[in-house]
Amino acid sequence: MKELRFDDVTVRYGTVRRPFTAVDGVSLVVPAGQVVGLVGESGSGKSTLARAAVGLAPIHSGQILLDGQPVPRRGRVRPLQMVFQDPYSSLDPRMTIGESVAEPIPPGSSRAERREEVARLLALVHLDPSVATALPGRLSGGQRQRVALARALAGQPQVVIADEITSALDVSIQGAVLNLVRELQRELGLSMLFISHNLAVVRYVASHVAVMYEGRIVEQGPVEQVLVDPQHDYTRELLAAVPGNRPTSATPHAPRTRSTS
Amino acid sequence: MSRRWLRVLRTPLGLTTAALVVAVVVLAIVAPVLWSDRAEVYDTDNILAGPSGDHWAGTDGLGRDIFFRALVASRLSLELALAATVIGVLAGLLLGTAPLLLGRRLGRLVTTGVNIAVAFPGLLLALFFAVIFGVGATGAVLAIGFALAPSFARLVQTLVAGVAALDYVSAARVAGVGRVRILLRHVLPNIAEPLVVNATIAGGGALLAFAGLSFLGLGVQQPSYDWGRLLFEGIGMIYVNPAAALAPGIAVLVAGLAFNLFGESVAKGLGVSAVGGVPVPATSSRLTGHAGRRDGTDGSTHMAMAPSDLVLDVVDLRVSFPGPAGPIRPVRGISFSVRHGEALGVVGESGSGKSLTALAVAQLIEEPGRVEADRLEFRGADLRDGPRAHRHLLGTSMAMVFQDPMTSFNPTRRMGSQLAEVAVHHQGMTRRQAMARAVDRLRAVRVPEPERRATQYPHEFSGGMRQRAMIGMGVMGNPSLIIADEPTTALDVTVQQQVLDLLQAIRDEDDVALVLISHDVTVVGEVCDRVLVMYAGRIVEDLPAHQLQGGALHPYTRALVAAVPDMRTDLDQPLAVVPGRPVDPSDVPTGCAFAARCPLADDHCRTVDPPLAPTPTGSQVACWHAGEPLELDEGTGELVEAKS
Ligand SMILES: Nc1ncnc2c1ncn2[C@@H]1O[C@H](COP(=O)(O)OP(=O)(O)O)[C@@H](O)[C@H]1O
Ligand code: SF4
Ligand SMILES: [Mg+2]
Repeated sequence: MKELRFDDVTVRYGTVRRPFTAVDGVSLVVPAGQVVGLVGESGSGKSTLARAAVGLAPIHSGQILLDGQPVPRRGRVRPLQMVFQDPYSSLDPRMTIGESVAEPIPPGSSRAERREEVARLLALVHLDPSVATALPGRLSGGQRQRVALARALAGQPQVVIADEITSALDVSIQGAVLNLVRELQRELGLSMLFISHNLAVVRYVASHVAVMYEGRIVEQGPVEQVLVDPQHDYTRELLAAVPGNRPTSATPHAPRTRSTS
Repeated sequence: MSRRWLRVLRTPLGLTTAALVVAVVVLAIVAPVLWSDRAEVYDTDNILAGPSGDHWAGTDGLGRDIFFRALVASRLSLELALAATVIGVLAGLLLGTAPLLLGRRLGRLVTTGVNIAVAFPGLLLALFFAVIFGVGATGAVLAIGFALAPSFARLVQTLVAGVAALDYVSAARVAGVGRVRILLRHVLPNIAEPLVVNATIAGGGALLAFAGLSFLGLGVQQPSYDWGRLLFEGIGMIYVNPAAALAPGIAVLVAGLAFNLFGESVAKGLGVSAVGGVPVPATSSRLTGHAGRRDGTDGSTHMAMAPSDLVLDVVDLRVSFPGPAGPIRPVRGISFSVRHGEALGVVGESGSGKSLTALAVAQLIEEPGRVEADRLEFRGADLRDGPRAHRHLLGTSMAMVFQDPMTSFNPTRRMGSQLAEVAVHHQGMTRRQAMARAVDRLRAVRVPEPERRATQYPHEFSGGMRQRAMIGMGVMGNPSLIIADEPTTALDVTVQQQVLDLLQAIRDEDDVALVLISHDVTVVGEVCDRVLVMYAGRIVEDLPAHQLQGGALHPYTRALVAAVPDMRTDLDQPLAVVPGRPVDPSDVPTGCAFAARCPLADDHCRTVDPPLAPTPTGSQVACWHAGEPLELDEGTGELVEAKS
């Protein structure tokens, strides 16, 4: 596994006359074999930063480096893979699960090897290898997100970027996906940039956290440090907003119940 | 997919036009083989004759039979129309996919060119090309083909852009798949259906356009003939023999319309299926009482309660939909009540029936859905009388807030007037008063600069702001109950917090009751006084919110609570997971519906459904083994029966 480094990266959208800076001079390191959480409200530039890393957004200035080398943004070999937020739109509805997962497998392997690799990857994310022949329509949201993880791993990535991969899921399924992320990270030693807007989720999977606000990183550091002693106002606001992090409401109304027949 | 096409054939229009298209195609194939001779024969005794037994549509200036000529002409007419359509579709595909293949800068150039061409009237374009390519069949084919191209290019561009924006295309890019391969593997297969449909419609158009060109003398030339040519010749003798023009005219019309309408009905058929095949509701909800009401038998606590204390009182509410194998019952008899100012949470995974419960209460279940209840009272009014009977009450006193506020507003109207409309309608205010109230309400839900915001359109509001405006719409009247269905699920945590705080503030101010639906126990636990946990269309636990952490008794509730990480979650343990899948409402098992996923399930559970029963702690739970010890399996994250 390698270290991913964003070096003063700026991403601009819009026209020449009305440019809009989505990511503004961001420097950030994802150390080899570590999970870095990236938090911030929607529109703060988290996804744009991720998309810039994998070549889906144009870099205006700055560099994105993998162990000191620029990340290849074209071509067949992609050491950076990404998992998307919405498992309902991230799988081609007309391709079988097996075909989707096989897509990033580097060329040069035989049909049988690819099939075997798909089965191995599906087992890795705790799916029955028989789903390989199914279309995504038959799978639940949680299962689809596992497929998306398997597909990302098929590219034999050095670093995986996970963009809000649990926010479209029911909380009861979210837990299972988070468990899987931690397990994969531990077993494969993945380097990972884990994007979320929920600090409790980031605390659970990441060792470091960076807080993004209006295109800039306003605070970063080890998770315990940032959560215990936040420096930036926005970080404090985020902390206060974590569901369950506030005192539960008092109960002025005594519970009133009735039995059903 | 084949099933969806079959559905098209089941509509009268779909079937008729499909049959017509098939007939026209068969005719085009067999007519020249069978009747070429008869169409070419010169009957010199009957020149320019009217219809007769020998010549049904009469003869032309050389004594040839017009009826058979019209039949035989179907081949050439169809061939030419097909050729033109193919040219149009291919050119359209090339231009339409260019932005994807060429990259942004060149693509933009192509798009601009296409946009200019689209603005040109098609017929004008065809005439222009016809002049360029010269008079004759080839020229006409090219002319009509290229005239079709711009609108096809535009269609393809729109479709491609839609698919290319989807994450699976991004994922393929990240996987290093090349542009051409992305186009062939991911994009084209996913836009094929609308393309084929539109090509069929365009084919009908090409047929008509061709007839037009030939009729003008710009298309097919002697001695060949297509319908347009026949029409051209027929018009010349319209006073001698109207049938000479009518026969080819009718042929063109029938064939053109057949393709056109067939395409339209396929489009409509496939489009409808996108919303899940549930028939469009004709009338609004229907509400029927249970046969033989059992008033007074549903618990003495209830009878003792002062009726005025309850805002909402629901006993044995059931919602069902007709299904292929008997009715589907997503809500299977739930009872609860909400008191003045109380905040009641409803949690459960998606599909557990939370939303349907809310919709049933708000009288928003549409046909063919059926709502039944032993009691369904809102502020003392029996809602089973039907929505019409209490429209005014519902309009002013009950507010609904949905997950996606964008779909709840009319995108073409200003926010202020949409809010004001409620007051004009239900409170009889004048426009002016209502507008003032709208601004005041926007201020109440903390929309900054409410006067200016009121003049803006929904899309100018951010997600959180729209959600607040939606709540503002709810409090235009003086609601005594707000039902909010996943109001914050689509929002950021910080915005979510603002919306929850707002709901809280409204409650505090006016003693408004709240039913808050969410799949997130932590959200519900934070805002509500009491929580209902739903599973497979039933309430499985009803408990005070503060008992959620540590005090929950049902294994499902306990797993839900342990599944969500908070700031105190033990980092060395996996999060709890509920194994297996939710219950399919069309196939509810006997016994406890949760048994298949429950660590405590035994044979008794699998045969006898546990009733919702009171517990010593003042809550209610439906479980035979409520509160029995569970522990977390550190390998799988599943809750298992404690061994000790
Ligand atoms: N119009 C409908 N026709 C048939 N089934 C429906 C309809 N609407 C909802 N359902 C089914 O009812 C069940 C409960 O749905 P819902 O109340 O939306 O659950 P929740 O809000 O808890 O996610 C689901 O299985 C859903 O598929
Ligand atoms: S009744 Fe039995 S199966 Fe159902 S939840 Fe309780 S223990 Fe589990
Ligand atoms: Mg719902």
